[in-house]
Amino acid sequence: MTVAAKPTMIEFRDVHKYYGDYHALRGITATIRAGEFFSLLGPSGCGKTTLLRTIAGFEEISSGAVMIDGRNMEGVPANKRPTNMVFQSYAIFPHLTVAENVGFGLRRARLPKEELTRRVGEALEMVGLRGLGARAAHALSGGQRQRVALARALILKPKVLLLDEPLSALDKKMREQMQVELIKLQRQVGITFILVTHDQEEALVMSDRIAVMFEGEIAQLADPETLYRRPTSRKVADFIGTMNFLSARILREDAQGIEVEAQGLGRMLLDASQAPGAASGTGTTAGFRPETATILFEGQKAEREAMGTIDEVVYFGDMTYYDVRLDGTEAPIRISMRNVFGRPVLDIGARARIAWSPGAVVLFR
Amino acid sequence: MHSGGEMEQETRWGRFRRSEAAQGYLMVGTPALYAILLLGAPLATIILYSFLTDGYLEIIRDFTFANYREAWTNELYRSVMLRSLWVAAAVTAVTVLLAFPVAYFVSFHVAPDRKSLWLFLITIPFWTSYLIRVFLWKVILGFNGVVNSGLMGLGIIDEPLTFILYNVNAVVITLAHAYAPFAILPIFVALEKIDRSLLEAGQDLGESKVMTFWRVTLPLAMPGVIASVLIVFIPTIGDYVTPALVGGPEGRMVANLIQLQYLKLDNYPLGSAIAVSAMSIVTVVSLIFLFLNRRFLRGPK
Amino acid sequence: MKGGGFRIYVLAYLVFLYAPILLLPLFAFNDGTVIAFPLSGFTTKWFAAAAEQPSLWLAVKNSLIIAAASAAISTALGIFAARASTRYEFPLKGGVMGLIMLPLVLPEIIVAVSLLVVLLGLGVNLSILTVILGHVLICTPFAIAILTSAFQSLDRSLEEAAYDLGETGLSTFRLIILPLVMPGIISSLLISFTISLDEFIIAFFLAGTQTTLPIYIFSQFRFPQSVPIIMALGTVLVACSIVLLTIAEYLRRRGLARSGAKDTGGFL
Repeated sequence: MTVAAKPTMIEFRDVHKYYGDYHALRGITATIRAGEFFSLLGPSGCGKTTLLRTIAGFEEISSGAVMIDGRNMEGVPANKRPTNMVFQSYAIFPHLTVAENVGFGLRRARLPKEELTRRVGEALEMVGLRGLGARAAHALSGGQRQRVALARALILKPKVLLLDEPLSALDKKMREQMQVELIKLQRQVGITFILVTHDQEEALVMSDRIAVMFEGEIAQLADPETLYRRPTSRKVADFIGTMNFLSARILREDAQGIEVEAQGLGRMLLDASQAPGAASGTGTTAGFRPETATILFEGQKAEREAMGTIDEVVYFGDMTYYDVRLDGTEAPIRISMRNVFGRPVLDIGARARIAWSPGAVVLFR
Repeated sequence: MHSGGEMEQETRWGRFRRSEAAQGYLMVGTPALYAILLLGAPLATIILYSFLTDGYLEIIRDFTFANYREAWTNELYRSVMLRSLWVAAAVTAVTVLLAFPVAYFVSFHVAPDRKSLWLFLITIPFWTSYLIRVFLWKVILGFNGVVNSGLMGLGIIDEPLTFILYNVNAVVITLAHAYAPFAILPIFVALEKIDRSLLEAGQDLGESKVMTFWRVTLPLAMPGVIASVLIVFIPTIGDYVTPALVGGPEGRMVANLIQLQYLKLDNYPLGSAIAVSAMSIVTVVSLIFLFLNRRFLRGPK
Repeated sequence: MKGGGFRIYVLAYLVFLYAPILLLPLFAFNDGTVIAFPLSGFTTKWFAAAAEQPSLWLAVKNSLIIAAASAAISTALGIFAARASTRYEFPLKGGVMGLIMLPLVLPEIIVAVSLLVVLLGLGVNLSILTVILGHVLICTPFAIAILTSAFQSLDRSLEEAAYDLGETGLSTFRLIILPLVMPGIISSLLISFTISLDEFIIAFFLAGTQTTLPIYIFSQFRFPQSVPIIMALGTVLVACSIVLLTIAEYLRRRGLARSGAKDTGGFL
């Protein structure tokens, strides 16, 4: 089943949140589908954690509605919602053992002892902590704490699992490993995961769909590929990866497409889908990703070429980044090239021919 | 529709805020009420009394500054207040100066896992009965006391020393001993907070160990020193037991004077005026030190 | 360990701190009425003499009642105030907390006289009840100081996690908050108890015709013949405080070990 065909799990209807005069959430309207791995991505202070906490019930909203599985959550406290949360600090109860932590949510169910032990064992098994139940919580490593937090939240079989920057406290290696494990876990349990993160790479790797947030609003909500290839605003484009911007002018717009003249690149004809954003009134810009252009070497030819001077060279081992000042432009653009064996690294000040493709250009108006 | 929504947001926010504040007040309500009724109101009462006139067995509701004039000009009262100030200053200076090297030692020369044991050892005497400790000093310094009997037994003196008990010296020694642990803790905490790499940086920049101490450690420890000055000064200036038991007639301090006015002479207005004066002295001295602390935090020239 | 010179100074300092207290058992077991060297022989008769004083027993009983009540009430008040100041924001918070903490920087004689004036003005009879009122006032700031640090080290998301897992506010408090601040509560009880037990001036003003242990000791200063008895009594008191403090320190360390926190020093 494709994601699009799945029913709605969470719906935000024009959600606003004020802290005094501070407008933290500014009219959020969005739906999250059942079984989806969904990310809220944005810089710190953009409201992503606040939005997550309105789902959990830790933040009351000022107006609008949060629906979970078709039910309006107004007045429903956190302990009565079908959601569970993995906290940024993991919030492992330090005075309890691992098993007591994991089984904490089952206390109210008053299960028989064997049943409780069995379910805790299953949950520990699921997160790869089999046999660690008797361990004191404070004797765990960062990665283990996170697994305990996951098991504790999943044991109640919530409809939605909320993850508040769960990987930010881990080192790089551990983080990458946990990303993969979280994806697998989500597929295994099949429930909706909502992840808050400020790390664009993490969001791209893990999510089915991502909502990019700035200043209390969702700037764009899309799947990772669309978000990367067709950002609707310069801000989104800049936040997710790197993009080169060149000021541009629209010459003609009709059923055939949009004819644009961009500084340094010249004229091109773009498809309407290459201008996905609404007009922002800040002027027209053409953008392309560093890896969609290449520097041409002796004897190579391309359909579209531009000339420039190399401004800076940064060597990364597998890649080399070139900052190139296109003829007739002020600011250099960046081109990233894979370092193929036998290909020379160019020097600063050298002239270079650049190959680019109109299909990779995104237009912002 | 939209503006209507905005209005609703404001009132809802207001409700939420009120409820958070309400929860806070609910929590703090009982202790706050207790403090208002049993501390705030009584303090206000003695401030009021200090401006009234003492009549025989009653207090006359005439507003007057006479009590303060009496408290500040009468030679007896003035000398007691000045002596209290002087004794408290001497005790504070002695205590803090003696305590600093101890705090420094525990912070810099004791292994981290042994520090709490040292602090424990230092604080134990403080938690033993204060009256018993004062009593012991009386016994130690007394006419037939440990010092005199010991010194005479050793043949160093022929007759008991009399200048060590029932005077100001005895008060200073006893109080300095009583508040010693109190002075160490704030200094220790301040020293613990110092980033050790700052000291290495000081020496790396060519300062000697002594100069590093003088230019880096001491200024950074100053907030702790000032805290310990206050923590010793405030209770010593108002101490009653020590001057009453080992001070003799010439070692009396302001607390003894207040007690005398209230319990013996029944002169509430004058007693209140002395008490308010003592409170003012404490406040002024505290403010001076807090001001010095702010100056230090801003960094010396 | 480094710092040889320092070490000698610090040891000398510890001797100065402990010397008077070490004299206590020395003379409590000394068979002589005068507290002077040389010692004249071993005896336990001063302990027996102390135990035979009915007025002493009454003072001890009063003091224990007062200290237990003051410790319980000020710790309860301290829990509320510390929770309010660490968890909630409300207008005038600084002022309210300042007033509650004021006795910390107020000479005790001032607290004593101002309370006395008001209680007499209201026609309240002085008794151990009025002493408790005064002691709660001076113990509460200490309780708040200890409990605030206990509440502060509590991660707010622990509460939220418990709530998220289906507990109510009350059961969260019982299952999570209370166990985690328990070492703080016990320290607060012990320290308030010790402060109240040792407090003289407020008791002296507010006890009326009742006596407490410090008042009893104070009254015995006038009688040279009771000096050895006080020495014996002091020995018992010091032994009790050392036991209490050791328990408090042990509990504090166990609390730290349980929550996995780093040991940062003593309980003050």
